Amino acid sequence: MARIGVFVCHCGENISATVDCDRVAENAAGLPGVVHSVDYKYMCSDPGQTLIREAIREHRLTGVVVAACSPRMHEPTFRRACAEAGLNPFLCEMANVREHCSWVHEKTESTTQKAKDVVRMLVEKVKRNEALQPIKVPVTKKAVVIGGGVAGIQAALDIANGGHKVLLVEREPSIGGHMSQLSETFPTLDCSQCILTPRMVEVAQHPNITLWSYSEVIGLDGFVGNFTVKIRKKAKSIDEHLCTGCGLCTQKCPVRKIPSEFEQGLGTRSAIYTPFPQAVPNKPVIDKLNCTYYLKGRCKLCEKVCPTQAIRFDQPDELVEVQAGAIVLATGYDIKRADFFPEYGYGKYKDVIDGLQFERLASASGPTGGMIRRPSDGQIPKKIVFVACAGSRDPAKGIEYCSKFCCMYTAKHAMLYKHKVHDGTPYVFYMDIRAGGKDYDEFTRRAIEVDRTQYIRGRVSRIYEKDGKLIVVGADTLLGAQKVEIEADMVVLATASVASQGSEELAQIVHVSYDRYKFFSEAHPKLKPVETNTAGIFLAGACQAPKDIPESVSAASGAAAKVLGLFANDELTREPLIAAVNRMSPPQYSTCIGCFLCQPVCPYNAIEREEFKTRDGRLIKAVARINPGLCQGCGTCVALCRSKSIDLFGYSNKQIYTEVAALLDEALV
Amino acid sequence: MKLGFYPGCSVDGGSREYKESCRALAKAFDIELESVPDWNCCGASAAHNLNRDLALALPARILSLAEKAGMTDILVPCAACYNRLALTQHELMKDETLRNRISEVTGLGFKGSCSILNVVQWIQKYILPELPGKIIQPFDYRVACYYGCLLVRPHKVLKFDRPEDPQTMDEVMKLIGATPIDWAFKTECCGAGLSVSRTDVVADLSGKIVYDAFSRQADALIVACPMCHSNLDMRRPEINGYLKQKISIPVIYITQAIGMAVGISTKELGLHRHFVPVKLPEKTEAIK
Amino acid sequence: MAFVCNWCTYAGADLTGTSRLRYAQNVRIIRFPCTGRIDFLLLQQTLAKGADGIIVSGCHPNDCHYTSGNFHARRRWMVFRQMLENLGVEADRVIFSWVSAAEGAKWADLVNETVESIRKLGPYQKYKDMAKSLEEWEVTHE
Repeated sequence: MARIGVFVCHCGENISATVDCDRVAENAAGLPGVVHSVDYKYMCSDPGQTLIREAIREHRLTGVVVAACSPRMHEPTFRRACAEAGLNPFLCEMANVREHCSWVHEKTESTTQKAKDVVRMLVEKVKRNEALQPIKVPVTKKAVVIGGGVAGIQAALDIANGGHKVLLVEREPSIGGHMSQLSETFPTLDCSQCILTPRMVEVAQHPNITLWSYSEVIGLDGFVGNFTVKIRKKAKSIDEHLCTGCGLCTQKCPVRKIPSEFEQGLGTRSAIYTPFPQAVPNKPVIDKLNCTYYLKGRCKLCEKVCPTQAIRFDQPDELVEVQAGAIVLATGYDIKRADFFPEYGYGKYKDVIDGLQFERLASASGPTGGMIRRPSDGQIPKKIVFVACAGSRDPAKGIEYCSKFCCMYTAKHAMLYKHKVHDGTPYVFYMDIRAGGKDYDEFTRRAIEVDRTQYIRGRVSRIYEKDGKLIVVGADTLLGAQKVEIEADMVVLATASVASQGSEELAQIVHVSYDRYKFFSEAHPKLKPVETNTAGIFLAGACQAPKDIPESVSAASGAAAKVLGLFANDELTREPLIAAVNRMSPPQYSTCIGCFLCQPVCPYNAIEREEFKTRDGRLIKAVARINPGLCQGCGTCVALCRSKSIDLFGYSNKQIYTEVAALLDEALV
Repeated sequence: MKLGFYPGCSVDGGSREYKESCRALAKAFDIELESVPDWNCCGASAAHNLNRDLALALPARILSLAEKAGMTDILVPCAACYNRLALTQHELMKDETLRNRISEVTGLGFKGSCSILNVVQWIQKYILPELPGKIIQPFDYRVACYYGCLLVRPHKVLKFDRPEDPQTMDEVMKLIGATPIDWAFKTECCGAGLSVSRTDVVADLSGKIVYDAFSRQADALIVACPMCHSNLDMRRPEINGYLKQKISIPVIYITQAIGMAVGISTKELGLHRHFVPVKLPEKTEAIK
Repeated sequence: MAFVCNWCTYAGADLTGTSRLRYAQNVRIIRFPCTGRIDFLLLQQTLAKGADGIIVSGCHPNDCHYTSGNFHARRRWMVFRQMLENLGVEADRVIFSWVSAAEGAKWADLVNETVESIRKLGPYQKYKDMAKSLEEWEVTHE
């Protein structure tokens, strides 16, 4: 016979302010099957949990309902408490009377009634709960890191140094990401590539890291500890084992005028290319869209000059499947470009550029050898205007958030400009200056006080060209919204930082949630910033939200720590809230009729065929069987089954129907 | 084909060449423009500043009358009237209580079923399909298309063209053989109603517009709004005074430009009514 | 009655609570792992037991935690709606929606709008009477 215990939490004032907890507990005591009903101020605290444990032992409870916050908050806490007292943890349910009741309604009689209703529903449900045992699954101790920027590199190194194997997948021909494109980094003005390339080399040489560049993840199956990752290794058209990275092919290639992605369109590259001299791996790839051989069937100059005969035209893409236990997403960010700013002439006027393009101009290995020159005529600009917040914090442009690092890099750009053009004048139009990190504010003050950058608080309404100059029309709000017009030689827009291209598609492939700006969603904004709602998939870096380098590196190490925690066990225990096809004794064996209409709907391919045979091998019946290792408990097959032969533990038909009946049946009210 | 038509006060008065050119163009393309019966002023100039209910009721009445007359598409040549009518429709369709209240004021029901077209949208939908075959004299000049402020803003309501660098008029002009220039004052304010009360401000603002078009070697300014036309054309003496320079580039309505291209007479198009004489340069190869 | 999926809408409703947004009281939420679990016999039973309205809400298309559960739910819903109409039941009493874990405000709006539209339709006696009269018929014809 059922012996249910009900524990109503006050949650301090959170619940008791609007719900009369005493009366809810009182009402629960009168429900059929309830032998013990109390209320307490903080159920999740130590004394609260002790109350539950003692009640289980004293009253020989067969089920527990805790009316408190959301089960998404404390279900594990209370289930653990029950387990410690000897009650199967799956005989414990939570009634959500906080997030769904006390926090969203006024203090009225009907609010208390709602709480009573919810408790009643869960009491009826828990009476039909079954004692379940957790399922144990093995863990594949290998991680796949998607994205080879500074975050991906850091995560890969941390996991590898922790003693586990890592596969780093990067879609560009080289790792390094945007950090490799920067000239100097704030607040130290360290040369970006100087601090990054040693790490890149470490990744390439680490015994625990396998690096696949020019590769993309195209599919993900499985679940935490047991992922199957499908990867397309795009054809580089070279044999990597033979190529020595001598670079002769890139020098001889006749197709030279392709706008370089690395140089952000300000420089060119050849059809067979490495993106930058310090690329890792330092092996070229052939750009099939622009190579004369792939387009017209002629040339093959690279093949002729290669000293080790490493060129392999017609090399196919390779599709590979890899087993992994954890995935780290480190796909980074992009910046908003082109047609976004018709009022600033971005895309129309050559001398209006974005932040990354300025980095390439300032970079010593960039298209202008580190000198700041106008893209239109190569002249050195004497007046340069930086426009901060170009697109960010702007509901009209659809980007309401702050891109976080642009204030810092704008100050940096102004300083770099001034260091290179001593007689030039930099202007910055800003809304606010956000310099919250260590040494950050001192850095921006340096730009203003030492390098004499003119900071004007106001927005730019329009930029247009006149007589070879760019007229920047803005306002100075600190002088009472006075109009400011500057005849600039060059304009740099600090455009908004957005999710990397292809983020949405990748999120759908790996089943991770993302927000409306396509940044990946963390499991909890405060307490779980590097985890996602999908167990086993972690986030590192700017793919979650705009971040600067120190934050990306911290997040990457955080994600790596989670992965190492996951790999610390040989086995993972899984929640047994899965589906099962019923089995019974002969002659029926199961009510399943073997139609297998359930098989194609399972997203995890967890449904198998089981045959019942007589002793001499004759087939009696073929029925469906659900693999407990693969089933994730979504219940789609349960709802689909025509003969109702499948049921879901934890959300069985009996449990659900009685919840509904408990609420609506007049007899019980 | 019969189409609804809301003339508004300006095109019946000081800007009647605009109406004349609209009607002439419609006739050339076999479109009959039927005025909304018993139409009233839309309140564009002052109403929205003084009384919200009045500002909504005046356009609502026009739209209700159009609906009653069975009109589905209405051409509204004046950009200000277009803006008020579209805004009113947007507000009333969003808020049922407001809609009911305004219906009480007008005494007429409001369904929001009319499609309100500005002159460029009208041209795109009804003139462009037949246009290629009818061009007799390509409008082979450099033109600065001036959109003004009301044609493309607020973008969330009007959902027409790009608010910061609109292209629709430029595209239409290209189709009749013109070369639209890229210039900086496409949507800058001309001074609007200050034409009467602060003509000096208009001289400054409109002067900048005219000067920019002139300095980029435009042969003509193309407009789609009687207010814009009036400030750029009628106030040219003040503009020239402000710029201390005599600039004679004409200001032509887009309907007139198309009319010229399909061979409608200057008299029918009302070109003789302009203050700045409509004199376009002789077509030579030197024009780039 | 609201049948919601654990990963999106339940979490979204939690967010509504955390954000202290108020909404109408007439809804009782039942948690499911996925909207794909929802059998439409359950919806019928719920109406038969006297619910005035039902909300079924899950993850947005392409965002289902289990990949495709919400698609199946939606497909079933198409057929079920037809069936309800054939039975003469007001299909407007069953609302199907997508609410993500970040859309706390949307959940509040959804509940309020649904309560208002169901209020307009009135309390739902018809199905209950139908089911009751069927029970009575069965009893007398035992």
